[in-house]
Amino acid sequence: MPGETISEKILSAKSGRDARAGDVVICRVDCAMGTDGSVPMALDYFAAMGGKRVFAPEQVVFALDHYAGDGPTAELHRRVRDFAAAHGIRVWEVGEGIGHQLILEQGLAKPGDLVLGADSHAVTYGAVNAFATGIGSSDLAAILVSGEIWLRVPESIRVTLTGKIPPGVGAKDAALVLARELGADGATYQALEFAGVELPLDDRIVLANMSVEMGAKNGIFPAGVKPDPDARYVREIHVALNSLTPQVALPHHVDNVAPVGEAAGTPIQMVYLGTCTGGRVSDYHEALRVLQAGGGPAAGVELVVVPASRAVLDTLTADGTIAAFEGMGAKVGAPGCGSCCGTCGPIPGDGVNVISTANRNFKGRMGNGAAAIYLASPASCAAAAVRGAIVDPREWNR
Amino acid sequence: MTGRARVFGDDVNTDYIITSRRKRESIDPQYLRGYLFEELDPAFAASVKPQDLIVAGKNFGCGSAMEVAVTALVGAGIRAVLARSFSRTYYRNAVNNGLLPVVCETRGIREGDRLTIADGRVLNDTTGEIVPAEPSPQVMLEIIEAGGLVGYMLRRHRS
Repeated sequence: MPGETISEKILSAKSGRDARAGDVVICRVDCAMGTDGSVPMALDYFAAMGGKRVFAPEQVVFALDHYAGDGPTAELHRRVRDFAAAHGIRVWEVGEGIGHQLILEQGLAKPGDLVLGADSHAVTYGAVNAFATGIGSSDLAAILVSGEIWLRVPESIRVTLTGKIPPGVGAKDAALVLARELGADGATYQALEFAGVELPLDDRIVLANMSVEMGAKNGIFPAGVKPDPDARYVREIHVALNSLTPQVALPHHVDNVAPVGEAAGTPIQMVYLGTCTGGRVSDYHEALRVLQAGGGPAAGVELVVVPASRAVLDTLTADGTIAAFEGMGAKVGAPGCGSCCGTCGPIPGDGVNVISTANRNFKGRMGNGAAAIYLASPASCAAAAVRGAIVDPREWNR
Repeated sequence: MTGRARVFGDDVNTDYIITSRRKRESIDPQYLRGYLFEELDPAFAASVKPQDLIVAGKNFGCGSAMEVAVTALVGAGIRAVLARSFSRTYYRNAVNNGLLPVVCETRGIREGDRLTIADGRVLNDTTGEIVPAEPSPQVMLEIIEAGGLVGYMLRRHRS
């Protein structure tokens, strides 16, 4: 038998058998996360499945991150809170942040863990060497009942990273290059297993988070669990980080990626800095650097800042970053998913071009099908705010 | 299973099937069915009939894992989706709700064609074309046979 990939090793450990690509295995779950977008339906399935008690409530967490809790969403939040209280499940309240960010901040995903999230961006925790993937509400309900999930062991694509990311370029640009290379379905049912140079956590998070935009089941970095030297891969991709340039995903497909220069001059009316992809401390520091070097946002640009968590907001408040953004007229929103999927926060108007640090630019994604969404790095988004148009952020490199 | 083809293209994401905005208003499939595919085909919701079959290109159901993108179709009486490929979360959610995901070549199918799905293949009654469907993993067949994950879990925990 050849050696195992990281995914095969983790799923072997969690299923208690030799789990190889293509096998279907039943696995013990270490942690399960649901959001206000997915838990209410899961509660209906739980009841229909005859669920009485939750298998391991201490391993479950619900995040109220998608909705503000106003209007019809107040009732959804009430149901989530009531169930959680009755079963001893922890709830992250409105304003505490995005569930994915909190899972990482609070150490609920550890190397070698199997973590499932009822939200597609649960793949994010692969950044810390967990096997992590998204599920729907029905699968979450089955985990609440049984503590287990069946999974098909994915084949792995090895993505080898070499060199160092140049100034003014970010991990987001590497993720966008991968999206172009693989396409929106290029890794469907498969794992992206990263190898090569060690990246800082925030950069690993961006790449793991965006793996689902290529259809991947999970995106995972090595740490405690490493692949065997003779592990088998279905495809090898090399990304030379030192020759990366700023990229932008054009409307309305994540894999519709071009070098930022090809879109230069596209007018921008709204700049969105946040989400589980681009809402961390290092993202705001990079964006602020470009904004300050460029003299602040251009007239008529709406600048929106929604940190990924309360901890991120607190850090940025303490170090003066938030005051600097507010001094430039930015609107700072409560930590959470915000406008990313159009469920709360400011909605772009008709004909508005938005550039965002988010992960998806589908038509209507931010709540208005008559707006167009461009995806880019924090530096490129900040540069677009300065110019009022898409522009290469390296213009403001020191 | 026989029905009328309702044809869409590649990379139909879950927000195109039903927007997150509508889901915020209600998760009731009977409400959501009124807004199916509203960004892609505003006339679809009014014209959909029970037994219609959704036909798409590659990567159907990409994007969000939200399960209403399946239950809203089921609520409209749709029993199967045929596509060249599915996003994995959509495929799983479909099986879990008794919506049959059929992986097959769909490029020869036109809007309104009459299709029959049987014995692991798809017959286009309109054109006479027959295409094979990819087999599903055993566990999925068992879930589909139980009518979805609820039926499967009830059966497993009873035995």
